[in-house]
Amino acid sequence: MIRKVSKHIVQNEPLLFELSSPGKCGYQLPALDVPPVDPAKTLGAENVRPEIEDFPEVSEFEVLRHFTRLSTWNYAIDLGLYPLGSCTMKYNPRVNEVVARTEGLAWAHPYAPEVLSQGCMEVIAALEQALAEITGMDAVTLQPAAGAHGEFTGVLMIRALLEQRGNPRKKVLVPDSAHGTNPATARMVGYAVENIKSNERGMIDIDVLKRAVTEDVAALMITNPNTVGVFEENIREICGILHEKGALVYMDGANMNALVGISRPGDFGADVMHLNLHKTFSTPHGGGGPGSGAVAVAKALTPFLPSPRLKRNGDFWTWNYDLPDSIGRVRAYYGNFGVLVRALAYIMAHGANGLRQATLDALLNANYLRALLEPNYQIAYDAPSMHECVFSDDRQAKKGVRTGDIAKRLIDYGFHPYTVSFPLIVRGALMIEPTETESKRELDLFADAMASIAREVENDPELVLKAPHSTRTSRVDEVKAARNPIVRWQPRS
Amino acid sequence: MSYPETYKFTREHEWVHPHGAEAKIGITDHAQHELGDIVFVNLPKVGNSVKRAETFGSVESVKAVSDVYSPVTGEVTGVNDLLAQKPETLNEDPHGEGWLIKVTLTSPEELQALMSSAEYEEYIKAE
Repeated sequence: MIRKVSKHIVQNEPLLFELSSPGKCGYQLPALDVPPVDPAKTLGAENVRPEIEDFPEVSEFEVLRHFTRLSTWNYAIDLGLYPLGSCTMKYNPRVNEVVARTEGLAWAHPYAPEVLSQGCMEVIAALEQALAEITGMDAVTLQPAAGAHGEFTGVLMIRALLEQRGNPRKKVLVPDSAHGTNPATARMVGYAVENIKSNERGMIDIDVLKRAVTEDVAALMITNPNTVGVFEENIREICGILHEKGALVYMDGANMNALVGISRPGDFGADVMHLNLHKTFSTPHGGGGPGSGAVAVAKALTPFLPSPRLKRNGDFWTWNYDLPDSIGRVRAYYGNFGVLVRALAYIMAHGANGLRQATLDALLNANYLRALLEPNYQIAYDAPSMHECVFSDDRQAKKGVRTGDIAKRLIDYGFHPYTVSFPLIVRGALMIEPTETESKRELDLFADAMASIAREVENDPELVLKAPHSTRTSRVDEVKAARNPIVRWQPRS
Repeated sequence: MSYPETYKFTREHEWVHPHGAEAKIGITDHAQHELGDIVFVNLPKVGNSVKRAETFGSVESVKAVSDVYSPVTGEVTGVNDLLAQKPETLNEDPHGEGWLIKVTLTSPEELQALMSSAEYEEYIKAE
């Protein structure tokens, strides 16, 4: 039974181009009371842009309604559970927004002199220190703008260190359960990628790894807990195998929500890792960004951190550009500063005990859901789940219903779908991450919806195969869209 | 769909069809079925070299992008241009019109290590 939604109210909405009518305007200027100036004469003709052809002409209220209506087509974390595995869609506490809007922080200019920027610099220093403590690492850069950018920064530093040791090496090892960004990152930094197969428990196979780690290997990129939501129980041994051959361990911190306050990557042997502040540290995420991919490093990599670095000079923060081994800047200015403020607010509001409790609650919620869903769905691996659980659609596939169909039916019940068909090593994966911010009530509603869909698959698979039924558009032709994409609006002729 | 007896198969679900000093390479019916509707195929250029067990291109479906590994070592002598316009050919006729590349066989002995059609059918049944 659908208990969450009754009916979606959605209005069809034309594009702004289609709403346009000549002469409409969203502003009114007073009559000119100074002599007119010809911009082509003062600025140079090459700097004057001609009228934009077909630019929409609409009133202010039309624009407002247009975007307000469009926003009602959206599903957001503020509407309900958003169980996308590996995305950690958690509540963004409103106090973070209050803090980020503090006048001195919100209106700070990156070119303001150091003497006027001490507060902002203190924010950056405090966050770097907090993240270093949480990860068990020596130092942190806050420049990277998102997770994959953090990976790129981290692997560039690995390459810089190995080059300094005389040989950048050739390969990066990536487990077959990894996020797709890991192999892409390795290639961007000039490494060949070698896949490492997981064992039947969803973990790295130690023997396979031992054979793969040679003097050609620069690093292993590992996600822990990995994308099947399982903690690599041999993580110390894994790091040891890499270190013995002079290779490094890059840890993808996308799943750090399972570890904060309990286990520190620096303690189990990771040399460099990124954190997705927009996941683990509750800053807006998924279209609401921007993100932040802070990177933490062990001591050996600190000389290579992006420039500039903060430096304490008596009572005063200064920027230090004198870093001969640095890989250089990876982003303009000092990272997505507004996001950094929110992350620091989150960390300080929780304190050490609060962060640890959030992690424990995230694990509890995931395992509670797992227990509720296991009677109807096939768990992918028997190993204990951490902050997310991964099922396979094996049982439903017998009725011709796949993970994507179940996800689409979930929309009718008022929930955002879980992560579909990822990780790739699980056939027909359903990857579910509730996070710590969901109440038992919301989790129960979700579990009821999933149980109800499982019954529908048994009794009336067509109902699920044709879902969603309650949305303004039902199934779109994904294949046609991918084969013949239309990427630009054209006026109807 | 049957797996031709004159073809050899890899554990990564590619096939190779040797013909004299040359061979055609593609992905198996099982692979196209698992991938679902294929929307884009990325292939090397004529003259590039491919190495056994190393990736030479990728196949993109609505679900995922998958690397394609070469069953043999050689030099690319032909590329299936049809796939740029009609990637669905890979779904419709993976062992025929949907071939990916043609290569010279630098080390024909590599074929020995690959699976026969009967062995491959056993292999996908067990997977």
